[in-house]
Amino acid sequence: MLKIENLHAAVDGKPILKGLSLEIAPGEVHAIMGPNGSGKSTLSYVLAGREGYEVTEGSATFAGQDLLAMEPEERAVLGVFLAFQAPVELPGVGNANFLRTALNALRRAKGEAELDAMQFLKLARTRMKTLGMTDEMLKRSVNVGFSGGEKKRNEMLQMSMLQPRLALLDETDSGLDIDALKLVADAVNALRGPDFSALVITHYQRLLTHIVPDRVHVLAGGVIVRSGGPELAQELEASGYAGVQDGTPSKRSFDGSPVAA
Amino acid sequence: MTAVASTGAAAFLGRHEGLRNRLPGARVAWVEALRERGASAFRAQGFPTRRVEAFKYTDLAGVAGQVFGEPLTSVDDAPALPDATHPRAVFVDGRFRPDLSTLGELPFAVRSLAEALPNLEGRIGALARPEDAALVALNTMLFEDGLVVDVPAGVDGGTIELLSLAAESERAPAFHPRHLVRLGEGATLTLIETAEGPLNARYLHNPVFEIEVAEGARLSHGRVQQEGREAFFLSTVRARVAARATYDNFTLNAGARLSRNEIHVALTGPEAQAHMNGAQLAGDGQHLDTTTSLDHAAPNCASRQTYKTVLSGRSRGVFQGKIHVHQVAQKTDGYQMNQALLLSEEAEMDSKPQLEIYADDVKCSHGATVGALDADQLFFLRSRGIPEPQARAILVGAFLTEAVEAVAEEDVRAALSRALDAMRARQGLAAGLEEA
Repeated sequence: MLKIENLHAAVDGKPILKGLSLEIAPGEVHAIMGPNGSGKSTLSYVLAGREGYEVTEGSATFAGQDLLAMEPEERAVLGVFLAFQAPVELPGVGNANFLRTALNALRRAKGEAELDAMQFLKLARTRMKTLGMTDEMLKRSVNVGFSGGEKKRNEMLQMSMLQPRLALLDETDSGLDIDALKLVADAVNALRGPDFSALVITHYQRLLTHIVPDRVHVLAGGVIVRSGGPELAQELEASGYAGVQDGTPSKRSFDGSPVAA
Repeated sequence: MTAVASTGAAAFLGRHEGLRNRLPGARVAWVEALRERGASAFRAQGFPTRRVEAFKYTDLAGVAGQVFGEPLTSVDDAPALPDATHPRAVFVDGRFRPDLSTLGELPFAVRSLAEALPNLEGRIGALARPEDAALVALNTMLFEDGLVVDVPAGVDGGTIELLSLAAESERAPAFHPRHLVRLGEGATLTLIETAEGPLNARYLHNPVFEIEVAEGARLSHGRVQQEGREAFFLSTVRARVAARATYDNFTLNAGARLSRNEIHVALTGPEAQAHMNGAQLAGDGQHLDTTTSLDHAAPNCASRQTYKTVLSGRSRGVFQGKIHVHQVAQKTDGYQMNQALLLSEEAEMDSKPQLEIYADDVKCSHGATVGALDADQLFFLRSRGIPEPQARAILVGAFLTEAVEAVAEEDVRAALSRALDAMRARQGLAAGLEEA
């Protein structure tokens, strides 16, 4: 499980996360909602290990291991996967070659047999079909010339190929039409099971009607100010964040103690 | 003969005196006069110092201070040769070795310059004039041999290879081959040139190419410079490209302690084209310089240049690229891009694009970038489980890909990719991507 305790993180010396606590049990999907600038993306980058995000206090463990002490690639081997809000373009790196390289790097690290080119392509094509992607997207450079929606689908393709145990979805729904949104949701739902957890970061409730979360948290000012069931998302959709931004944080998270999952 | 070890320009001038009667063409009046022209030009210029603008970033003092021996006049040993994929001419220490070459039956003439010399009056020094460049002057007074390729009009010459090897020896030889390539009207040829030598041998390789591409002809010239790490490579290519002809040059500049790779192309007839691409890979202790000049001397010509430099350790890269558009060269379409990737904080890149445009209806653009690996790209790859060294290698490979993909000729592209993979492996940047 993912266990975050009293996490403080700063970017360029500026505090962004200010004592965030959160627990996600195996098999659970949690959603984090909140206004711009509340620290949602920072949380996902800190968990995935991006440089430039300085943890000043607190801890984050996954499956009992200290995430914050690990290199990004070690976290990936442990099963952490970040779906990027703005997927990176890699000119000159073919999508298929990249995917196979990543998949086999993980398999090697876990002592599993590597996939040859045939096995890989067969698997990739199956997963791409589910995501409504064309073969041609395997041949192009990673994300180069992809539309916003294609980039997000490509993130989901990576996720479904790499089979993470903890998926961090950073606004994967942004810029998607309803059909693409459903495909993204299907990709996440297909992975749901006792050994898969996810943290879905989103502005909008609409993704959460397709990926129904076990818990919903509201992040504001670097701390979780409210937690609840799926109905909280609908409430926020109706009333907006105005009430939580300047409003009253829930007692449980205000003092930095863990929010019950 | 000079018995005392001496260095610098004086040593080479002394050698010219000493070898006067033994170099090819001795007692042939025009050859002697040509060598004398070379000697007096070299005497006047010496090894260029950094006060000379063209050598501001590349210091030849390290070459000038070396003691070099003569190349062997006869070689009995046969160095180990890499496999040949195409008909191949082999040179050892600057001399043609028919015993090692596998040219077979070709539909055009390929000769040793030393042998063909009496018939080459007016051709040597026509494009590469000793008065214009000290390193050409040095070559002109001392050339021992070279390859002479003549593809007649309308003939498709296919692909040939030119392999230049330095022998394993203690003599630190200096050799100065002069290569002449001429394509008649509408002829085509692919020439793949490789220069290599023992990893730790010290030697000077100072080749000069004079290349003429006649109307409508097409020469694809792929070059792999993978000399030993103690070698000095001072190379000059001068090409003249006539109307509707194409000269396609790709140079992989990766070996040698110090390499100066000069390429000068003149587009002299309408609708001529030049593609000049290249990659430089420098590891610790290396200094690699690519200096190009492109003369647009006729209307409706196009030129494309993409150069990529990757520097690691304490290394230094130089790119100087001059495009000169003459007043007559209306409708010129010129493009030049040079980019450098610095993998270490001790690496240094000097980049100097230079455009001189005297025509008013032209399209000319250039760009230069110097930077480190992109942190976002690196993090993305690592976040997918790819270990950092492999992720770096993938990004270096991607950076170089654009220049290699610009090479139209498939044989050249394949040879370059192979050489590039080998050079990257040597620098701990072995191909990181698995093919799918």
